[in-house]
Parts: sequence; C-alpha cells; structure tokens
Amino acid sequence: MTATAGQQGSGAATARDTGARLTRAEPLNAVLHWSQELLDAEGARVDAMRTPGPLAAMPVALKDNIVTVEQPTTCASRILEGYVSPYNATVVERLRGAGAMIAAKTNLDEFAMGSSTEHSAFGRVKHPLDPARVPGGSSGGSAALVAAGVVPAALGSETGGSVRQPASFCGVLGVKPSYGRVSRYGLVAFGSSLDCVSVFGRTVGDASRVLSTISGPDPLDATTVDRPPMGVPKALPDLRGLTVGLPAEYFPADLDGGVAAALRRTAEQIRRLGGEVREVSLPNSKYAVPTYYIIAPAEAAANLARYDGVRYGRRKVGRDGDIRTLYRTTRGEGFGDEVRRRILVGTYVLSAGYYDAYYRKAQRVRALIAEDFRRVFEAGVDLLLTPTTPTPAFKAGEKTEDPVSMYLADVFVCSMSLAGLPALSLPVGRSEGLPVGAQLVAPYFQEERMLAAAGVLERHLDAAAEVR
Amino acid sequence: MVWETVIGLEVHVQLQTRTKMFCANRTTFGDPPNTNVCPVCLGLPGALPVPNAEAIRLAVRGAIALGCTVHETSVFARKNYFYPDLPKGYQISQFDRPLATGGSVSFDSPDRGRMAVGITRLHVEEDAGKLLHDRFPGKTAVDLNRAGIPLAEIVSEPDLRSPGEARAYLTALRQILVYAGVSECSMEQGSLRVDANLSIRPAGVTKLGTKTEVKNMNSFANVERALEAERARQEALVESGRRVEQVTLLFNAATGQVKPTRSKEESHDYRYFPDPDLPPLVLTPAWIAELRAELPELPEAKRQRLERAYALSAQDVRVLTAEVPLARYFESVVEAGADAKTAANWVMGEVMISYNERGSFPLSASRLAELIGMVREGVVSHQAAKRLYSELADSSDEAPRAAAERLGLVQVSDQGALTGWVEDVLAAHPGEVVRFRQGEVKLMSFFVGQVMKRSKGKADPKGVQPLLQERLSQTV
Repeated sequence: MTATAGQQGSGAATARDTGARLTRAEPLNAVLHWSQELLDAEGARVDAMRTPGPLAAMPVALKDNIVTVEQPTTCASRILEGYVSPYNATVVERLRGAGAMIAAKTNLDEFAMGSSTEHSAFGRVKHPLDPARVPGGSSGGSAALVAAGVVPAALGSETGGSVRQPASFCGVLGVKPSYGRVSRYGLVAFGSSLDCVSVFGRTVGDASRVLSTISGPDPLDATTVDRPPMGVPKALPDLRGLTVGLPAEYFPADLDGGVAAALRRTAEQIRRLGGEVREVSLPNSKYAVPTYYIIAPAEAAANLARYDGVRYGRRKVGRDGDIRTLYRTTRGEGFGDEVRRRILVGTYVLSAGYYDAYYRKAQRVRALIAEDFRRVFEAGVDLLLTPTTPTPAFKAGEKTEDPVSMYLADVFVCSMSLAGLPALSLPVGRSEGLPVGAQLVAPYFQEERMLAAAGVLERHLDAAAEVR
Repeated sequence: MVWETVIGLEVHVQLQTRTKMFCANRTTFGDPPNTNVCPVCLGLPGALPVPNAEAIRLAVRGAIALGCTVHETSVFARKNYFYPDLPKGYQISQFDRPLATGGSVSFDSPDRGRMAVGITRLHVEEDAGKLLHDRFPGKTAVDLNRAGIPLAEIVSEPDLRSPGEARAYLTALRQILVYAGVSECSMEQGSLRVDANLSIRPAGVTKLGTKTEVKNMNSFANVERALEAERARQEALVESGRRVEQVTLLFNAATGQVKPTRSKEESHDYRYFPDPDLPPLVLTPAWIAELRAELPELPEAKRQRLERAYALSAQDVRVLTAEVPLARYFESVVEAGADAKTAANWVMGEVMISYNERGSFPLSASRLAELIGMVREGVVSHQAAKRLYSELADSSDEAPRAAAERLGLVQVSDQGALTGWVEDVLAAHPGEVVRFRQGEVKLMSFFVGQVMKRSKGKADPKGVQPLLQERLSQTV
C-alpha cells in the first residue's frame, strides 16, 4: 500500500492518488459513496485556498451518518437510500475549512447500530487483513479504510464504542472525545446523550490534528461545551510523572490470551517509560452494557421516529393508502432487523408503567458508573489502561444470530460513553496476526494529555509485533 | 338532580418572538406554505434544536404575570407520537419539570363575582405544523411554517364552574398576557388556542366526575357555546342512566354541537423523557428578578390606579383598560391637558370607534387634548368638535384651531351678530313668541335651535340663550 500519512502534496495529486487507492480497496466494501470527480473538485478547492490550513490536502473519509451536501447520506439504511442533505455537518465545514479533502463516505452498521458492520443494508465490510473477519463496528468502513492505508484519517461516530472497538480490530488509532467537545450538528442522531463524532488515524499525530480541527463549541449544538478547541498535543520524551490505573474489572479471568499478553506488555512499557501503574476498581462498570442497552435504544426510538416517509427518504404508501399504513410500510420495509429490534426495545423501556423500572433506573446506574471514574481520577490516577475488546476481530456471521454476544463485544467501551469521558484505542501488538488494541481513558476534557501519552507508547511499542 | 359543572382549561399561546423556538426561521403568520422552514424545524437528519432566548424570556415574563413560581431549573422533554404535522415524530415540550407552577388569575365571574382561578403550570413547547385538507383534491398537504413556533401552555386548576365563568377567565387571562407583551393572543391567527376539560358531578359531591376534552373552538364565545353543549350532553347521558366516557370532542361552530373524535388510541402513551439534545434550562434568580422588575403594569393594577388617579367610575375604567393602547392613549390625552372625564368620554366614544376600525389612533393625543380644550373654551361646539375630529383624522398636521377656522366652525359669541340672529328668529316666528309669553317656556329650545340653524351652527349657544331670554321677557 502507498504511504499516506502526513503528506503535503498538492490537492490535485492527492485526489488522483486517493482515487487510485479507493479503487484498489473496493473489495473491502468499506465505501458507500465516492467519485473521482468529487475528489478532483476537492483537490482543486484545496489548491485554491489562499492559506493552506493545518490539514492541507489531507484526504479524510466520513462515516455515512455525517451529512454532506455533495454526497448522499444513507446511514447504510434503505430508509435513507439516495437522501442528500441540504447542509453540511459542522465537522465537515471545519475539516474543509482546515484544508482537508472529503474523500469518501464509508459503510457502517445501519444507523450505527452494531459492532461488526454486518448490519449494513449495503453489505458487510471486510477486515483488511482477513476478508472472512469483521472490521468491528459500527464505524467499520472508516476503520478499514484507514487500516488499508487508503486515507490517513477518517471520521466515525461513537455511541457506545463504535470507533474504539473497530480501531482495535483493525489496528489503527481510534479516539472518542469527551461528550460536548465536538459538535453533533449534522451527525445523524442515534443515542443523543452518548453520540460523539470520533476520529480514526493511522498515527496519533494524524488523529490529534483532525480532532483538534473539529473540536470546540458550536452555536448549532446546545450540548457542546464552551471551552476552546483541543490543542495538538506536544511530543513527550517519556511517561515520567504519569499514574496509570488498571481497573481490575476490565481484566477478567477469561480474557483472550493474546489480548491479555498485549496489555501486559503495554503496562510493562509504561513502567519502563517512567510511568506508575496501579490497580484500581470500577465496580459499577459491570452494569455498563445493560445500562447502555436501555438508554441508547430509548433515545434511538425517538430519534428514528422522523423517518416516516412523509417528508424525505423512502416512502411506501402501502395498500390501504392511509397514513398508518404509510408509516407501517415505510418503516417496516425501510429499517433492518437490528434497527427494528432497538426501536422496539426503546419504545418498551419508555412505556407507561415501565419507565421507572428501566429508563429511570438506567439513568441512576449511569450516574454511578460515572461516579466510579470520578473517584478513581480524584485519587490521583491520570489515565486508565484497559483492553479495548475482549478478543481480536471475530469471524463474519459468528455473532449475527446472537445479539447479546454481539453486544458484549463492547463490554469494555460502553462505560466511558455512559460517563461522557474521552478514551482511545491504540494498537499495541498482534495475536495470531490480528491486531490488539489497548484502551486509554482520561478525565473529562483531558484528551490532549491522553493523546500525548498515546504518542509516547506509539513510538515505543511495535504494534505489528506478535505477542504471547 | 342538580349538577355542578367543573371546568379546567389548557390554553396555548404563541410567544410573540420574531423567530421559532429552536431555530432561526421567521414566525410570520400567513406566509406561503413551507417557506419558513429549515433543517431543524423540518426534522432533517442530523439537525439539532437550540433554544430561543427571547421565547424563554417571554414565557418567564408570562409566568411572573400569572403569579407563578418560576423554577430555576426546568427540563425539556420529548413527547413522542406519530402524526404527519410533527416532523421529528416527537414534540419538544416540558413534562415533569415545567418552567413555572402555582399561579392564579383574578377575574369577575358572571355567577360568583370576584374570584381567582389557580394556574397549575406554565411550560414552553414547540408548535406542530398544519395539515391542509382542501388544497389538493383527495390528498392532505403539510405546511410546516408553524412547526417550531414557540408556545406557552397554561394549565388552569379545575376551578371554573360554568361555561360563562370559563369565558370570563379567558378574557382576563388574555388581557394579562397581552398587557405583559407575552403574546398577541389572537384566536383568528391561531396565537391563542383553548382545549377545555369538563366534567359534572351532583351538587355537593367533592369527587370529580369523568372528564372529557373539547377542542376546535375559534373564539371565546364559541368556547362558552361548546362547553354549554358538552355540559348538556353529559347531563343528558347521566340522567338517562348512562356513563360519561373519557373522550375528546370537536366543536362544530355551524351546528353548535360537540362530536367525539373517532380515535382508537384514546389513552396515548407519549413516552415522555428528557430531551438529550437540550441541557436543562437553568435561570438565575437575579435574571428572574430583573424580568419581574421590568414587567409592565398589569390590567388589575392599571384599573385601580386609573380609578384613583382620575376619579373615574369602575365601568369607565374597565372600558378604557380593555386594551393597552387605549388606556395609554387616554393617559396621554390627560397629560396633554384635557380634563379626565371629558377625555375618557372621547376615548370611549369617537376614539374607540376609529381605533377599532383602523387599529390605530387617527389623532395624536395632544391634538385631541387641544380639541377638547377648544370645546371647553367655547371656541367650537361639541358637535363641531366631533366633525373636526373626523376632518383632522385625515390630515396629519393641521392644527385643530386652523381647521376649525377653515371649515367655519368657530363659534360666534359677538353680541352684535348674535342679537341679529335672535331678532331674525323672533320676527320669523311670532306665533311661538306669543305662546312662550303665555307660559310655554319649553319653546326656549326651539328658539335656540332656530338660532343655531340660522347661524349654520356657529352661534355660541351659551351666548344665545341669555339674549333670547332678554328679548322674550320684554313686553311689546
């Protein structure tokens, strides 16, 4: 594969090269929309910019749940097939303003609901290292494109680990910012209190520059926090003075051997670099997955109610021609099984008589989970280190018949989403040829420090090395 | 059986903002369909709501005017249901943590005199769009101009006991909200809408009966009519041994009847939950206090002040304060030097007629005061002043005195001229002169009238009568 990261060539040349790489990467099915014409136009636009921005001529791919004017935005769903947004997401405006080129819209689990990118209405995404395996999800298309070297960086979205988990599977860097750090305006909503536009990068540096560009308050998103954009982290020589906590609950006895070995190696490396490693406890994290699977579907059920066939997107009038039939047919045929399952769950947990038992209780548990993190960080821990996923990338079809086993692929990444904390997955080695990711978690709005530490580890850990 | 009627009202008023509740689109009434829309109020994928600070300000102001407790923290919630006029599939409203609770409105009940109705709550929400059933044959069209318009919903306690009382409450409520500058409260333009809940119970019983909801009334008079129809319907049901079902009814203004809607889903489950797109609305006590301080004078306070300050009757004050501009105009006329009672009579007469016709005041307060002064000084007659009022209404700057001269309306009080007219009239009516002298003194007004006629209205009646008296008492 051609090298990509950090190139400062002309937009026109980058457009040509990126187009060639996209063509070669077609077998991955990672892309839903791209054209050489649009890429060339992006190149010309960037070349015409008076001052080349911090991301000058960097091709960036976008998960297809981030709206763009020039390409369709389908969320990998039949219900939005062919839909073109009349406006760009805030993150798209910021990327373009900084000189980045929008290269492609990438495949995902329908409406970002899934952990393998098998729930796409337009076919599954293949793992770049093993086509029989999944790239993780739901931002599997973006992860695969970055891993395959097609683009140096890509945007994904996280609701409960949808960038960190595929980053881990594909062996790239995936960083989820604090909730409120990056505007959600133009990110198609799934679980609004959890959704974060997040970043994949071939390197910590690329991901940091992209995250820095898209971060900062947005008057169009009332949930963004009024703090300045994230700075680009400075390169640190080592990890002296850094205290890293290992939460016992995230290292269960049945953790995959390769994953456990890679994490041990990472912890050792932190110590060798001058960091202090200590065991900590996050007792309520064990409730993260069930809590997540109440809150996220509840919000999703409301967020997806707008796809009703009345104003845009797919519309099927149905036999009786009345409005109820229009809703039923449009939504029944437009949404896939996993989306329908979550709408049903979300509707159920908010129903009269069940609200207190499910939604209200889940919100209480959510607060307890966040409180665990706060306590640990207040006790002097700067970062947490955990595995990103219990296993390396699994085989396609392995979990599609068992939703709960699929949900458990996110067991180590849900809690940070519920707590609104920044976290990243860094490739730290391979197990039987498959990438293994380590997760770093930081206190609220401490992305810069977290990425700086990841940068040190990136230099000192051979991510391509087999670990045992 | 004697039945007691129990009524509570849910009133939606449009907050008079320039832009919508959660986006920057205009709120202009009557624009072509779907011209004031954007990704936010169309519910396009990825769009997010941002609260309109002006709407919040007006809602808080309304809540203060209604004597409510304004909560420092309130929460926006999603009310979920499917309907083609609801772009997101949910309405952003407030549910278990509303903006304000616990106020009251005092008013004069036609049945029970001065009374107060409790205000349960006031919350902020966005309006839905509008379905147009008559635009395309056989099809329903959707106009989303109204979607996202800011509303305050004001829920009353079930304190009202008759349809007439409900109407009187609405009139008082509307006046307060208009005075406070919260809403234009125009039922014709849909900026005030009423849903009424009514139940009946045997007199003396405290337990509430099953209530029904009546909708689709386009005037306060029709709210009263609809509630009368619903009360009669419920009484007839119960007296014939049947039960009242909890239904929603639509009022038909043409027939005066209420009809249950054909809704299968009677008990909607709206699955309210806090809207994750909107952080809790936090208001500082200082800001609330500021709004309280800058609240304009409300109707009740204004009535009391006008009664005291200008020694006017309660009835006059009620008329003068019916609308803020009238009261303000009245006070300006008095400030410009007119006598209060005379000014009040003018405002309740000519001024109100022209204001109702034009929606504005044709004469500035100072010009009307000048006109009133001219009558007092005897420069023009009251009749002439009325004519001058309408003449001046069409000229923006002519001074009243100049106009009176131009039109020859200045009264003549010159003794010579008056004596001439008097002599002429007495000479022309010898028979009446004789009858007067024989004791038919009521003929005096006949003679005055004749003099006025002969002088083409210019003779000062105050000068004419003594002259007539003098001449008629002289013996021939």
